[in-house]
Amino acid sequence: MSKDDSENGNKSRAIRARQRAIGRELRRMYDGVVSEPVPDELLDLLRRMDEADLETKKKTS
Amino acid sequence: MTRADVHMGESREATAAPDFRSDLLSLIPFLRAFARSLTGNYESADDLVQETLVKAWQSRDTFELGTNLKAWLFTILRNQFYSDRRRAWRQAPWDQDAAERMPGTSQDQNWAADLSDTARALRLLPDEQREALILVGAGGFSYMDAAAIVKCNVGTVKSRVARARKALIAILERQDALPSRQRPDQGEAAREIMAQLDALAPSEPPNGTGKKRNKTRTE
Repeated sequence: MSKDDSENGNKSRAIRARQRAIGRELRRMYDGVVSEPVPDELLDLLRRMDEADLETKKKTS
Repeated sequence: MTRADVHMGESREATAAPDFRSDLLSLIPFLRAFARSLTGNYESADDLVQETLVKAWQSRDTFELGTNLKAWLFTILRNQFYSDRRRAWRQAPWDQDAAERMPGTSQDQNWAADLSDTARALRLLPDEQREALILVGAGGFSYMDAAAIVKCNVGTVKSRVARARKALIAILERQDALPSRQRPDQGEAAREIMAQLDALAPSEPPNGTGKKRNKTRTE
């Protein structure tokens, strides 16, 4: 019986450890993308929207 | 009276845009990460981020200052993703092929296409479980913020995250039981994780990976 208990304990410890490993791996993937440089197209897009905005503001005010 | 008038006043509106813009700028990397996790693909992820930025810019007057801009942007991105996909399905199936034809380019290393078993396993989860797990487990959102982003209640998010974790473990265990495929060669971290996972697997070690195992278990 105590053998079962310790086996169950081992099993749930193993599961928890697996979950932690998976958590680390998920964060590694996510953080990997976060740390990539932002592509120029996206920066350009922001700039263009900003400029377009200023233009319309000038016209309307 | 527009929302911008209320919180900024007409005279300060000109300075509101640069703030919003720089906030948006600083959050782009996170949008890219979330988009990558949804699409599993480098290019369509950045297309999605573009659409999100445009939408966010157009509707920035509806953003309530002081609330979570990141969560607001993630909500827009997610809505966009599902509506794009619905449209793609209605039109033609080729979009899906396009998503799958992408081999592991170097830029894909960090997500889904080729590198880690976890990344591959993630693709096999139902969307609702995957997104919940990413938001909470990788993106660092609270259950409450995640619930707001995916539009369900906190309890549902919790159970989706739990089910996602369980399912991932089951998938990875199944993969471990398969004959060896090629293991990721690049990335110390990935190797480390795999070593840990292998070491933890109670039975059915993957064969042919060349890893040392202690055969201390009774035969």
